[in-house]
Amino acid sequence: MKLREIAHSRTGDKGNISVISVIAYDEKDYQKLKEEVTVEKVKKQFKHIVKGKITRYEIESLGALNFVMENALGGGVTRSLSIDPHGKSLSSLLLEIEIDIDK
Amino acid sequence: MTIALYKSEKLKKEIKTMKSIRIGGGAGYGGDRIEPAVDLIKYGNLDYIIFECLAERTIALGQLQKLSDNTKGYNELLEYRMEKVLPLIKEKNIKVITNMGSANPISAMNVIKEMAKAMNISNLKIAAVLGDDISNNIEKYLDNTVIETGDKLESITNIISANAYIGCKGIVEALENGADIVVTGRVADPSLVLGPLIYEFKWNFTDNDLLGKGTLAGHLLECAAQVMGGYFVDPPYKEIKDLWNLGFPIGEVNEEGRIVISKLEQAGGEVTVDTCKEQILYEIQDPENYFTPDVVADFSKVSVRQIEKDKVLIEGARGKAATGLYKTSVGYKDCFIGEGEISYGGTGAYERAKIAGEIIRKRLEYIKLPIEELRIDYIGVNSLYGSSLKEKDSYDEVRLRVAARTLTKEDANVIGNEVEALYTNGPAGGGGARKYVREIVSIASILIPAEDIKISVQYEEV
Repeated sequence: MKLREIAHSRTGDKGNISVISVIAYDEKDYQKLKEEVTVEKVKKQFKHIVKGKITRYEIESLGALNFVMENALGGGVTRSLSIDPHGKSLSSLLLEIEIDIDK
Repeated sequence: MTIALYKSEKLKKEIKTMKSIRIGGGAGYGGDRIEPAVDLIKYGNLDYIIFECLAERTIALGQLQKLSDNTKGYNELLEYRMEKVLPLIKEKNIKVITNMGSANPISAMNVIKEMAKAMNISNLKIAAVLGDDISNNIEKYLDNTVIETGDKLESITNIISANAYIGCKGIVEALENGADIVVTGRVADPSLVLGPLIYEFKWNFTDNDLLGKGTLAGHLLECAAQVMGGYFVDPPYKEIKDLWNLGFPIGEVNEEGRIVISKLEQAGGEVTVDTCKEQILYEIQDPENYFTPDVVADFSKVSVRQIEKDKVLIEGARGKAATGLYKTSVGYKDCFIGEGEISYGGTGAYERAKIAGEIIRKRLEYIKLPIEELRIDYIGVNSLYGSSLKEKDSYDEVRLRVAARTLTKEDANVIGNEVEALYTNGPAGGGGARKYVREIVSIASILIPAEDIKISVQYEEV
């Protein structure tokens, strides 16, 4: 199934860094999120977009993960040639990730 | 949706009886709507309303306006907003905190004063917080490292402005001196809320846990509707009715820093644990270390609980001492971006759009246009994610988009002109050509010692 069936997401930006949250709708799915939404998987999903390091933060009390993606916005919000220089739409790409869990 | 109510009677009693301050989030960005803010002022039983109106480079653009007219450089909707807000705040006894001063808080203060006079409003004290603008001292920092690139600041030419993110101290001082309206330039967004909390509850500037909690309150309110259903809906998983009537949020904070986010009953939107979680993490990098000039806030142990319909309790933020360094945004004239777009439809739309894109690529090579970077996208196919997602067999509509970065405006103009020339020189059926040229002001961030910044407050009264 797609990640979007069990989690929601919002993108923020700072310079050339994109910050994308992944939040379990049901906090019981948080462990699954941790297992399934790995840095490796996210790197693969964003290989055409993110040129820098990806760091994952875990926020257990919110049942959420936070991905910080460096060199992700085509040189930065102001000078990026992208039609979406803030990368606001990147959360939707993250939620397309296929995950393997029984529901 | 199931609502987990108050966990215990004790908690319910604590929340119902706590001495608290009600702060409204009146704007989530510089151009935000005014009606939801007016409704909050009229019906929200507020003590304060904040208007957060500065994005990272807004202030650099404000500095450019100020250079051509030294009475300008504040938020362009200041008059529009104040016309609606000023007649109400005295009657409702609500104070206003805003960064609408942008590059020119003094001018913004004077504008508000003149407007109040014209409205026959009296007994109103307006404060302008100064000290963030270090444009005149920028030479001192040419050796500092630019955070975005790792190069020294001296590598940047055409600098137009430098504004440090200052904290809430100027706001607190203004409130202590009786200001009804506090206008700032570049203060950190959450400081607009932390200021009144410190003033009201006499929080100590060294009580970092409380500063962390107040910073979280500010973070939740600074994007206005984004904490109550704005930027949220995604059917079939996330649905909210009457989004057209979306309201703005109320944050109720008690002296221990416990936060309850709610909304007006009549306003559209919803306040749920999900809407609040999205906003807690919005633009936060390391949740344990959210750097502001006031504190290093720690949101990593924050918990949220639905205590009533459209009422969410948020607690558990903490804090560590601020770093003593202020992030400073240096604005500079960077480059130009030229863009052109044209649409193709029907069977073979994508094929024709690709022919058009190749024509542009070859034409730009042929005329040897000096370009720093060229980007050709097909809107509807790959403009947002490149080739990350699988292409379909066919598309009914495709819009070619060409964008390029250049050093001069003349070169940038060529991009749109070449795309427009596809009308008579390109493949069949191209329509809706549009062209744009933008001058790009970019931001380089540096860190400077906090002690270099001298915050001061000026006042006007009517």
